[in-house]
Amino acid sequence: MTASGVTFDHVWRRYGPAIAVQDLSLHIQPGTLVTLLGPSGCGKTTSLRMIAGLEQPSEGQVRIGTKDVTGLPPDQRDVSMVFQSYALFPHMSVGQNVAYGLSALPRAERDARAREAIAQVGLAGFEARLPSQLSGGQQQRVAVARALVLRPAVLLFDEPLSNLDARLRRHMRDEIRALQQRLGLTVAYVTHDQAEALAISDQIIVMNQGRIAQAGTPGQLYDEPDTAFVAAFMGEANPARARLQSGILHLGPLAVPVPPGLLARGGFQDGDVDVAIRPEALRIEPPSEHGLPGTILRSAFMGAVAEYTVATTLGDLFLTDPAATAPLPPGTAVSLNPTSRGIVPVRST
Amino acid sequence: MPNLLVPLVLAIGLLVLPWHMQQDGLLSPDWLGLWSTDPASAPALLLAARLNHAWLWPVLACGLTAAVAPMLPGRRLGGGAMLAAGLLGLALMAGQGFAVGLAGWEWPWLERLAGPLAEGQFGMGGGAALAGFGFLFTATGGAARLGAFRGDAFTAGAAGLVAIVVLLFTFWPICLALLSAFDAGLLNFAARLADRRLWGWGGSALNTLALGLAVAACTTLLGLAFALLVTRTRLPLRKLLRALTVLPIITPPFVIGLGLILILGRAGLVNQAASALFGVDLGLWIYGLPGVLLAQVFAFTPVAFLVMIGVVEGLSPTLEEAARTLRADGARTFRTVTWPLMRPGLANAFLVGFIESVSDFGNPIVLGGDYAVLSTDIYFAVVGAQADPGRAAVLAWILLAFSLSTFAIQRWLTAGRSYVSVSGKGDSGLPQPLPLGIRRLCLAVAVPWAALTVAVYALVLAGGFVRVWGRDWTPTLSHYGRAFGLGWGPGGIIWEGTAWPSLFVTLQLAGIAAPLTAGIGLLAAWLFTRQRFAGRRLLEAATLLSFAVPGTVIGVAYVRAFNVPPLELTGTGVIIVLAFISRNLPVGLRAGMAAFSQLDPSLDEASSMLRQGNGATLRRVLLPLLRPAVASALVYGFVRGVTTVSAVIFLTSGQTEMATVFIVLRAVNGDYGLAIAYASVLVAILLAAIGLITLLVGGIRIGRRTPAGVVA
Repeated sequence: MTASGVTFDHVWRRYGPAIAVQDLSLHIQPGTLVTLLGPSGCGKTTSLRMIAGLEQPSEGQVRIGTKDVTGLPPDQRDVSMVFQSYALFPHMSVGQNVAYGLSALPRAERDARAREAIAQVGLAGFEARLPSQLSGGQQQRVAVARALVLRPAVLLFDEPLSNLDARLRRHMRDEIRALQQRLGLTVAYVTHDQAEALAISDQIIVMNQGRIAQAGTPGQLYDEPDTAFVAAFMGEANPARARLQSGILHLGPLAVPVPPGLLARGGFQDGDVDVAIRPEALRIEPPSEHGLPGTILRSAFMGAVAEYTVATTLGDLFLTDPAATAPLPPGTAVSLNPTSRGIVPVRST
Repeated sequence: MPNLLVPLVLAIGLLVLPWHMQQDGLLSPDWLGLWSTDPASAPALLLAARLNHAWLWPVLACGLTAAVAPMLPGRRLGGGAMLAAGLLGLALMAGQGFAVGLAGWEWPWLERLAGPLAEGQFGMGGGAALAGFGFLFTATGGAARLGAFRGDAFTAGAAGLVAIVVLLFTFWPICLALLSAFDAGLLNFAARLADRRLWGWGGSALNTLALGLAVAACTTLLGLAFALLVTRTRLPLRKLLRALTVLPIITPPFVIGLGLILILGRAGLVNQAASALFGVDLGLWIYGLPGVLLAQVFAFTPVAFLVMIGVVEGLSPTLEEAARTLRADGARTFRTVTWPLMRPGLANAFLVGFIESVSDFGNPIVLGGDYAVLSTDIYFAVVGAQADPGRAAVLAWILLAFSLSTFAIQRWLTAGRSYVSVSGKGDSGLPQPLPLGIRRLCLAVAVPWAALTVAVYALVLAGGFVRVWGRDWTPTLSHYGRAFGLGWGPGGIIWEGTAWPSLFVTLQLAGIAAPLTAGIGLLAAWLFTRQRFAGRRLLEAATLLSFAVPGTVIGVAYVRAFNVPPLELTGTGVIIVLAFISRNLPVGLRAGMAAFSQLDPSLDEASSMLRQGNGATLRRVLLPLLRPAVASALVYGFVRGVTTVSAVIFLTSGQTEMATVFIVLRAVNGDYGLAIAYASVLVAILLAAIGLITLLVGGIRIGRRTPAGVVA
C-alpha cells in the first residue's frame, strides 16, 4: 500500500444554477487524516464524492498522488469509501462483503486477505453472518474492513459515526484514528460534528457555502479562528465588538493582548474589530472594581462545569466556570476577568 | 356507559324493516313494512305473531336479551351475557334460515318431529341483515367487555365485521362450490379430475398452465425493462411510459383483445394490407394461443411494472455506489448487486402475472378460438348448451389449486427476503445509470411495446367510428347512436340506446361497492397493522388468500351458494356488490397496509395518551394522514367494479346487466362496432371518475430525494 495525497485544483461543482462547490483548491498530505467539516449543504460530502469518483467536477482537476483522475469512474481510482449507511450488501455474508472488492485476486489469496481485514477490525469468526444479524457497531466495522482490505491510496469516510450512539461513537472514533496511524493511511473524513473533527484530525478544513472557510490544525482552528463563522462552528463563541490599539484589544474596561503572529496573519488594523469570546475566556469572580461588571441571567449545573448567561455592557455572554460546585443563582452580581486565552479578533466576513 | 347504537340497530332490524328479501329491489315503496300483512314485507315480530312464522320467536327473544344485556352491571355478567346473546342470536338466525325453506322444513327429520309447516319463507332481507349486524356487534362488544381485544369495543367490532365478510362471502360459497364436486361420489370426482380433456395435449388445464407461465415470463421481463427505464434513465419517454401503464388499469382487460382483432384479426389492418399488397391470406392465427398471449401480455404488463417499480425504487443507490468504489465496473455492479437484490421482486411479479393470466376470462373468450382454458371452460360448463355443474366444480378445483399454490409459493419466496431499506437512514446517493447494453435491451423492448399500445388504443377509439371494420370504412356515428341514442318524448328524455341500462346499473353498483370496499379494506388494514389480538394472523391470511381466488371461481361459487334461502340473492344487484367487495377487498387492504406501515405507531400512542379511543384515533389522526390511500382504494374499488368480467358474468340477470358483460357478449357475437364504441365510452368515464376522485380526495405523493441540485 502506498498512501497518496489528494489535490483539488480550482474545482467547481454545479447542479444547474445551484453551486455546490466553488473554486475549491486543497491538498491532503499522504499519510494524514484530514477532516472536511461544515454545516449541511456546505459542499463537504460533494467534495468527498468527487474524490471517490461518484460525482465529477464541472470544472477543475482532481489528482490522487500525481495522477489526474478527473473524469475517471470510481472503479478505476485507488480509493475506497465507508458510507454513512455502511451500504453493506444485504444478500452477502460478512466474508463475501469484505472479499467483494478483491475479485481480481485468486481465491485463496482473496479469502486470506478478507479474513485478515475482518480480524483487523475485531470481527474474526463473524465471516458467515449476514449484515442483518449484526449490531450497528459491528456493521460499521465490516464497512471499514471492506474498505481497508483494498489497501487504497486514499480512504474516504462519509459521516461514518452518525448512526451510532454517543458512547460507541467515541470508541469507534478512536479506533479509526488508531488504525489510520498504525497503517499510515491517507484519510479524508467528512463530519458535521466539531468534537469528532477536533479529536481525530491532523488537519481540519472548515467549509461554508461551497468554499473553504479556514484550514489548519485543530489547535489553530480553535485558538485562532479567522472568522466569526469558524469561531462559532468550532465550539462555542460569543461575538462582540472591541477596539484594537497597538496589539491590545479593549473590551469595555478589559484590555487583552493579541499574539503578534495572529495580528500579522489576520492583517488587523487599529480601530474597531469583531472579536470572538470563548465561554472559558472570562473568569467569573465576586463583584469588585476590577474587570467587566455583569449580572447572572441564567445558570445550569452540568457536572464538570457550570454554564452561565451573564448580562454585560458587551451584550449577554455565554460563559462556563469549571470550578463551580454549586452554581450562582440568577441575579447575582459578578465581575468578569480574562483568562490567558480565548479572546481573539476575527475578520468580519 | 352502554352504547345504545347496537340495541337500536337490533330493534330496527327485528321490529321495523321487512325481514325477507324484497323482490322489487331495495327501493320499492313497501320497504318500510311495519304495518304490512304481506309476509314478503313484514318485519320479524309481525311475522312471528300474526303470520305463522313461529320459528322466528327464538330469534326475537334472543334479540331482546341482546338489547338489554349491555345494561347489566359488572364486566363479567354484562360482557358474558352480551357475548352469549349475540352468538346465540347469530346461530338461531342461521339455524332457522337453513331449517325453513320456501316450501317448509328443509330437513325431513324436523318435519317428522314438529309436523308440517303451514308455509315456508323467502330468503333473508334488510331486516335480517340489520339484525345480524346487531347480534354480531353485541357479541364483539361483549368479548371486548370481557377483556378480549384489549377491551376496545371498536377493535372487536371491526375484527368481527371483517371476519364475517370473509367467512360468509368468500369462504362459505367457495367451500360449497368445491364440495359439490363430490356430489356424484369420490370416484367420479377422481375420474373427472384426471380427464384427458384437461391434461392431454390441448387440454384446458395444460393450456391454462402453459399460457400462465408464458404470460408471467413476458410481463415480468417487460415490467422490469420499463421500471429500469423509468427510474434509471432520463429519457423523455419516461412520462409517456408511466401514463401508458395507467391505461390498462382502467381498461377492461378484453378491450386489448378487441384492439388486437382490429389490427391482426380476420378483417384487421395487417391481414387487409397483406392480401392487398401481396395477395397473401394470413388466416386466423390470432385466434388462439398467440392472440390470448399477446392480449394478456399487454393487459398485465402494467401490473408487473407497478410491482417492479416499487422494487427498483426501493433499492438503495448507496449499495451500488459502494460496489463502484470497490472496483466493480457498471456491468459487475448490476450483475452482483442490483440484480440479486431485485430477484425477490421478480419472483413476486412473475407470480402475480401468473395469477392474473389464469384468472382472466375476457381475453380467452374474445380471442381464444379453439384454445380452451379453464376459466372459459367453467363458463361453458355453467351456462352452455351442455351445462354440467359437476364438471364446473371440478374445473374450479383445478383453477383454484393453480392460483392458491402460486400464492403459497409467492408467500414462501418473499417471506423475510425483502432487501428493501435494510440499510437504514442516511442514504444520499444517486442511482447509477444503467449499463449501456442493458439500457439498449430495455429500449429495444419498451419502445415497440409502447408504440403497439398506443396503436391498440388509437384503433379501439377509431374502430367505433367506421361502419364495418375491414370491409366498409365509411365514417359513421351509428354505433354510438345504437348504444347511446337519446330521444325526446312527452315525459322528457328517452334513453333509447341499448347500452344505457347496463351503463346505469354498472355505475350504480360499482359506485355502491367502491366506498364499502375501500372502507372495509382500510379497516382490515388498520386491524392487521395496528392491533394485536388472538386470531389476527389467521384472519389476515384468510383475507389475503381471497386475492388468489380467480373471479370465475367466485362467480360459480356465488351462483351456487346464493341461489336458495336463507341467502337468495341471485339476480339481484346485492350479489354483484357482494362479489365486488369480496373480490376487491384485498386490493384496498394492500394499499391500506402499505400506507399504515409508513405511519409512525407513536402517533397512535400519542392519540391514546390524549384520551382518544381506537375509533377516534383512526378517524381523527390516521385517516386524514391516509388520504392518498383512501383515494386509491376508492379509485381501485370503483375501477375494478366497472372493468371486471370474470365473476359478474355468472351473476348478471335481465335486471342487472353489467357493461362489461354486455360488451363481451356483443364482441363474441361479432358486433365489434357497438362493443368498441361502448368500451371507449367506458374508458373515458373511468378516466373522468379517477380525475374527480383525485380532485376531491386529493392525491399526495411522498417524494423521494430528487437528484441533488435539481432545485425546485
